[in-house]
Amino acid sequence: MSSSNPRSINYAEALYEALYQEMDRDPSVFVYGQGVDDAKGMYGTTLDIHKEFGPDRCFDTPLSEDAMTGVGIGAAIAGMRPVHVHQRMDFLLLCMNQLVNMAAKMSYMTEGAVSVPFVVRGIIGRSWGQGAQHSQALHSYFMHIPGLKVFAPTTPYDAKGCMISAIRDNNPVIFMEHRMLYGNSGIVPETSYEVPFGKARLLSEGTDITIVGISHMMVEVLRAKQLLSQKGISADIIDPVSLSPLDIDTIATSVSKTGSLMVVDTSWLSCGAGSEIVAQVVERLQGAREIRVKRLGYQPTPCPTTRPLEELFYPSAQMIATEAYGLLGKPGLWVPEAVEASEIAEFRGPF
Amino acid sequence: MKKEIEAKKVGRLFAAMLRIRRVEEEIIRVYSSDKVKSPVHLSIGQESIAVGVCDNLRPTDILYATYRGHAAYLAKGGNINRMMAELWGKSDGLASGKAGSMHLGDRAAGMIGTSAIVATGIPLAVGNALAMKMQQKDVVTTVFFGEGATDEGVFHESMNFAALKKLPILFVCENNQYAIYSHVRDRMRNENLCERASAYGMPAVRIENGDVFEVNERAQISVQAIREGNGPQFLECMTYRWRDHVGPGEDRHIEYRPDEELDRWIADDQIARLREMLAPSDRHSIEAEVEAEISEAVAFAEASSFPDTDVMYDNVVQ
Repeated sequence: MSSSNPRSINYAEALYEALYQEMDRDPSVFVYGQGVDDAKGMYGTTLDIHKEFGPDRCFDTPLSEDAMTGVGIGAAIAGMRPVHVHQRMDFLLLCMNQLVNMAAKMSYMTEGAVSVPFVVRGIIGRSWGQGAQHSQALHSYFMHIPGLKVFAPTTPYDAKGCMISAIRDNNPVIFMEHRMLYGNSGIVPETSYEVPFGKARLLSEGTDITIVGISHMMVEVLRAKQLLSQKGISADIIDPVSLSPLDIDTIATSVSKTGSLMVVDTSWLSCGAGSEIVAQVVERLQGAREIRVKRLGYQPTPCPTTRPLEELFYPSAQMIATEAYGLLGKPGLWVPEAVEASEIAEFRGPF
Repeated sequence: MKKEIEAKKVGRLFAAMLRIRRVEEEIIRVYSSDKVKSPVHLSIGQESIAVGVCDNLRPTDILYATYRGHAAYLAKGGNINRMMAELWGKSDGLASGKAGSMHLGDRAAGMIGTSAIVATGIPLAVGNALAMKMQQKDVVTTVFFGEGATDEGVFHESMNFAALKKLPILFVCENNQYAIYSHVRDRMRNENLCERASAYGMPAVRIENGDVFEVNERAQISVQAIREGNGPQFLECMTYRWRDHVGPGEDRHIEYRPDEELDRWIADDQIARLREMLAPSDRHSIEAEVEAEISEAVAFAEASSFPDTDVMYDNVVQ
């Protein structure tokens, strides 16, 4: 493919390519988890990897998330670079003891003698009635813990580059993916490259408001940007990409320009990533700049299954635009026309 | 000739057990001074298990253990000076004082670490064994845990996976019968832990009396079987903790276990037994050597400085 005609692939393909290239480059990399070698291959992200690299380097596991997480940590300490895949992020709750008490602390407790190069992929399963236990995004749990890194890429380019960085990193990395991003296509170089930790991405420049979108909510934020332009409102739109370490500099620099910050999270508000971002920006800018802040995210309920309630549960582009308009102190209530989230409307099961 | 080898072995096992006993007695002695500002879980009474097993391991073999880990660390060839400095919270400690008694780890000794969350280290040891198999390294991984750990789900998950993948790992259950003050009979209907291992498809043997020679010989058979590629092995080693669950004290006043039970195990002390088996001159030279090591270790810990506060943020991530 010529450089004048850059290649476009989707998010799932980008993840597959990152994994394939790293496994090809480094024999210490292996991937495991329930279903990684089945016919569906984790939405294609691990499809036939076991045929390419052998069953020792891509294997299914017993339904033992707790121990299998510890096995990954132990193998990482012993020189391997395991990638543990969870088809739904909700199952990471079964891994918390190992991730928090062991993975995050081994380096510190051994004064650096031990490192844990371990990637844990958690896939968020929004839409089509995933319900209370198959839809949760738990990134804030891991952002709370020193010793863990957290990636939540939104574009195919970042999906590939972040995965390569995560595999090469010598620390445990929680890699949060969103199933509703898997179909998104974008330009992705065929060569191998790293996207750095702790560096946010300014996706769009504006003057009136800073909007931070996390994971799939970035898609809705970009739709809201179009709506806001109807009212002449322009936004700095920032994708944190790396939630821990968090690039607060890029966000605070933007807010010092715009004076208004909205964070739209793919999760609940209480003690969430949005709360953390807002708090850090306020700490940085208070006294120097008058700022307005707003957080949006899941409704404070478990996720319901039925479509009318499910739609209410998640922020929409329409809601983001309305709230941004209100945050800026504009007169009256403005409710733009709803924009269909095609990736959600078009999705069909069976799971 | 055989007798001479036997005498060497007696001396070796005696020295290893005595070193652990005397280190911990020294910890008890200084504890009231509050120089060790951290919980200690003493192995006194249980030395024969760690020593009997580790005597069969090579320096390159890997060990994971628990927060009651002094015996395991020293038996695996650990560095007394750096261990004591760690307990004292000093910069020359194994982790610059950041880990303490509950988290001893030392790659040089082949002991990766210990966890204070019961059973949590077991899957890491399994992961180590998986890596050794993938890397085709001739390394036996051993993991020590108490019988309390066998209550935990992760123990069962780990045993199943190790058996499934036929991993080169030795599971050693140090069954001292009490999880803090809760007796094993109050925690499970079937107290035969070997049956748990057998259920996952791995050979399992119980050693009833803490006899250091028996532990040593059984462990030798197990380690050999692992080296020959026969997959995981399980040893249930009955033993007894003489002191309180945590801290330097005795615990008869708590009355959770019969005095006679404790007295029986004390009467069966393996260190006293081996001391009697040795020629006086051998015994005296071992004792003198151990005392010298301990004096040096305490002096080393005392002389070491506390870490600079700027190491606080080191190694949170790498």
